[in-house]
Amino acid sequence: MDHFINLTLNGLALGAAYSALALSLVLIYQATRLVNFAQPAFALLSVYAAFAVTQITGSYWLGFGAALITGMTAGAAAERFVVRPIARVSPLNGVIVTLGMLLVVQGAVGMIWGNEQHAFGYAFSYVGRFSPADIFAVSAVAGVALLLFLLYRFTAIGLRMRAAAHHPEAARLSGVRVGLMLTAGWAIASFIGALAGMLAAPPFLYPNVFDIVFVFGITAAVVGGLDNPFGAILGGMLIGLGGSWVSGYVGPELATLSALVIVVVVLSVRPDGILSRPTARKV
Amino acid sequence: MSETPLLKVEDLTAHHGAVCALDRVSIDVPERGLCAVLGANGAGKSTLLRTLTGLHPATSGRVTLDGEDITRLPAERAVTKGLAHVPEGGGVIVELTVEENLRLGGLWRSRHDPETLAEVLDLFPPLVERRGKPAATLSGGERQMLAIGRALMARPRVLLLDEPSLGLAPMVTEQIFTLLGDLRERTGLTVVLVEQNAAGALGVTDHGFVLNQGRVAAEGPSDELLSDDRTRHAYLGF
Repeated sequence: MDHFINLTLNGLALGAAYSALALSLVLIYQATRLVNFAQPAFALLSVYAAFAVTQITGSYWLGFGAALITGMTAGAAAERFVVRPIARVSPLNGVIVTLGMLLVVQGAVGMIWGNEQHAFGYAFSYVGRFSPADIFAVSAVAGVALLLFLLYRFTAIGLRMRAAAHHPEAARLSGVRVGLMLTAGWAIASFIGALAGMLAAPPFLYPNVFDIVFVFGITAAVVGGLDNPFGAILGGMLIGLGGSWVSGYVGPELATLSALVIVVVVLSVRPDGILSRPTARKV
Repeated sequence: MSETPLLKVEDLTAHHGAVCALDRVSIDVPERGLCAVLGANGAGKSTLLRTLTGLHPATSGRVTLDGEDITRLPAERAVTKGLAHVPEGGGVIVELTVEENLRLGGLWRSRHDPETLAEVLDLFPPLVERRGKPAATLSGGERQMLAIGRALMARPRVLLLDEPSLGLAPMVTEQIFTLLGDLRERTGLTVVLVEQNAAGALGVTDHGFVLNQGRVAAEGPSDELLSDDRTRHAYLGF
């Protein structure tokens, strides 16, 4: 039983990072019907910015702040200057260009900081059962998710952002600047992506550090239902818990497989993901 | 119609690709006017409204609202000038609640406007009990009411309505037409009504324009259009 509790707590902490990454993907998918493959690249850039700032100032938290700001800026700039001009022609172009950004940013990070591993610390001690670092991961993601919910549900800008995402034309006729709302949405999503990066990167940092995390993140988003933020959180936790239980009871070499099993089982039962309503979609 | 028009459209031309959808359309709408724009499918009625609010780019021509040139204004600014547009099908956002849809309409003026909200809800009793429900749960007629309500939340000077009768029961259509007349009487609202249901629209409006292949084919007081057999047979099909 003790073992089970340990594995569960560990799974929740792992799941927090996947949830955050899945959430950042879902927010953009909801607003633009586009899977942002560049999300791990923005996170990578953010974490390297944190690494650089921490090295210069010696303060982890200054680095943490730098990561969040870098993520936000990268997301907003990518939407405004790269995705928007290109996705106007066809949504598929938008998806391809995010893949391109992923490769470019990963390459650029390797050129600047080198491809070798850098030691990268946790925010808090990671020793022990449900360590302070784990508690921080879970509560940071829970806090961000709560703030996001309040923003979307109860503020004027949240209402504008939802209107712009669901029905851009009706939103424009009601006086909403849809383009601005999209940029804001990408900024918020990439802010959360940067947080996911800060939680998932340690103990080592290298240009491909998020490859496997991203696979879990997008799996979580698909499992939860690509257009439901609550689904993203649920999916992330499910993938984290599944991985932790399988690696604890069966063997760590099978942990990655557990994500595959979860995705196959969930999508067989609910093809649109756990929390997604089936909808008719224009193709 | 001697006074200067509130909404003046001069030689407005617009294209869908290579196809000319509006060909030098000129229309004057006086303040407190209730105008019908009629015509067959593809005559350019919806394109006219969409070009007025900037959803569709004008190739040439001029649109002025109370003397101010609004031809090239982006769509999200049209409502701030007093031009509210209810698009075909209403454009109700089904993922939002009824109240959120209404609040959205007035958001550009102020964050909270309980007075206008209460006034609008007063006009549409069926919406009151559904305030907190998703707009997806509304019937077709209720959605059209919500769409009009959302436009009224902006306190517009001119309301552009695109086929409000589409897919609605005749009785509901009649209610909506009656409401437009009442609004004009009470608030001085100017209405441009695009309709395929020519007989119904001419019955409630005071002036009509008939579009045919992007051009104004006929215009005049609604009762004259209604009684002119030639126009009726040629363009209105009844």
